[in-house]
Amino acid sequence: MNEDHNKIIISPAFKKLVKTRWTISILLTLVILLVYFGFIGTIAFNKELLATKIQKNVTLGIPIGIGIIIFSWILTGLYVWWANNKYDHKVKDIKSQLSK
Amino acid sequence: MIFLVNFGQIDPLAICTFLLFVSATLFITYWAAKKTKTTSEFYAAGRNISGFQNGLALAGDYMSAASFLGIAGMVSLYGYDGLIYSIGFLVGWPLIMFLIAEPLRNLGKYTFADVVAFRLQQRPIRIAAAVGSLMTILFYLIAQMVGAGSLFQKLFGLPYELSIVIVGIIMTCYVVFGGMLATTWVQIIKAVLLLGGATVIVIMTLSHFSYNPLELFNQAAEKYSDKVLAPGLAPALKNPLDTLSLGIALILGTAGLPHILMRFYTVPDARQARKSVFVATGFIGYFYILTFIIGFGAMVLVGQSEIIATDKGGNMAALQLAEMTGGTGFMGFIAAVAFATILAVVAGLTLSGASSLSHDLYVSVIKKGVSDEAGEVKVAKRATIALGILSVVLGFIFKGQNVAFMVGLAFAIAASANFPPLILSILWKNFTTKGATASIITGTTLSILLIIISPTIWVDILKNENAIFGLKNPTLISLPSSFAAGIIVSLFTKEQEARDKFEKEKIRTYLGVGSE
Repeated sequence: MNEDHNKIIISPAFKKLVKTRWTISILLTLVILLVYFGFIGTIAFNKELLATKIQKNVTLGIPIGIGIIIFSWILTGLYVWWANNKYDHKVKDIKSQLSK
Repeated sequence: MIFLVNFGQIDPLAICTFLLFVSATLFITYWAAKKTKTTSEFYAAGRNISGFQNGLALAGDYMSAASFLGIAGMVSLYGYDGLIYSIGFLVGWPLIMFLIAEPLRNLGKYTFADVVAFRLQQRPIRIAAAVGSLMTILFYLIAQMVGAGSLFQKLFGLPYELSIVIVGIIMTCYVVFGGMLATTWVQIIKAVLLLGGATVIVIMTLSHFSYNPLELFNQAAEKYSDKVLAPGLAPALKNPLDTLSLGIALILGTAGLPHILMRFYTVPDARQARKSVFVATGFIGYFYILTFIIGFGAMVLVGQSEIIATDKGGNMAALQLAEMTGGTGFMGFIAAVAFATILAVVAGLTLSGASSLSHDLYVSVIKKGVSDEAGEVKVAKRATIALGILSVVLGFIFKGQNVAFMVGLAFAIAASANFPPLILSILWKNFTTKGATASIITGTTLSILLIIISPTIWVDILKNENAIFGLKNPTLISLPSSFAAGIIVSLFTKEQEARDKFEKEKIRTYLGVGSE
């Protein structure tokens, strides 16, 4: 049993799986942090930009703010889609070696 | 002035809604009690909750009365700035998804300390993590209890102490008898009620603006000034560094809230864990968009002077709008939903605090890691009762105090004391026991010390002239310090065993092999 585990841990397929998982996760994390701190930074240092009128009484800040909420949700959906369709398949492949 | 007249009276529909909620949830508790015998049933509902159900329950745990009434109130008084808080609260969720949810589910059993302690020495980590968890939970709990007391005093004319005792007794019943299963269903019912109620308020509000939100913004700008449509009115966000510090606390604090993290153990596997984050993020996001419209609706239809006259912080704005658009009966219904919301949130907090006391402190520290099922459940139940009593007592002690900062403090501790050791233990091979302990202690003590000498307490509560520390929220300093302490101490204290286990645990972290 433990022998099996060690074999998997040092196998290139498993190493690649772990690496891909974190590449995707860190990438998505950076995207959301960039968007969020971009927004907070704009509020902190350049409020006027968000006060720009895009219609009579609609500021740029409103669609951007609501947009960030929707975008966050879409990003989590994207991750779930990737994990369900790509990651889980590879996990299944690697796990099948265990039961042999 | 019609809205003011009816505040402070007992409304029959409100009482009915509330009694219906309480009896339904107590019935569920009775049903759940039969299925709550083992530790896995008590702490984690037997891991039988589906991803969708857990998503709703997570949303229920997260949408507190503070975020419903508080954010709607803030929007009604300061316009756009309320949205900045909502966005911060929401953006924590994708981070939980990308960084925490799956490793947490695969490595842990009942508390997030399970994950941190997985390859490190149990005792020191458990003690430190329990301190971080309990501090987060207690401050959060105080804010909720005091909120409950003053809210129902204002709404129904119910004495402050009586409301708190009622909340304390009902929530203790949920947790002691029904454990996580009952708590989960309380959260789900409350989430549906709150989302439904808020949706109805929004529809009725927009009916005054020919169902066009742009018309609502137009009238807000005309009635007040177009400044309400842009950031910059709220006094808390005047200083750029304050905004930044609060922003960090909100997004990383979410990923360190013990009662949220605990919910991931109620689903069967990592796949359901990620589904629950997706569902939760969707509902919470939708809810924040609703509160934004509710806030503007109250600003225009109720009017700022009327809102301030009822509550200086604007906390009654959503209820005043409900009365304005749907009559006293509807306001009573929404008030009952707010009460249900507080009940559900304190139940979740108490369960999480009790699991920290029993699973982390009692079993790992006093019993040296040897747990007998029945004994541990018994201790967890006693811990629940103790926490129930404590929360009522704290509610009495802090009566009339300004406790709004405590939610911010809870998020600051969660971000600075819980998040860093959790993420470092998942990602960093060379993380050590001493490093983790240092990180938790640094995060907790710095958050508390800095907030005491900050304008929030030093000036606003202790009435000193000038604050020693300039920021209202300590996270900008306490979070990096906690990371630094964790990393530097780890570099000086090599722990070969922990490094070896890091490789071995990978099979569990990434494949879920051997996870419970």
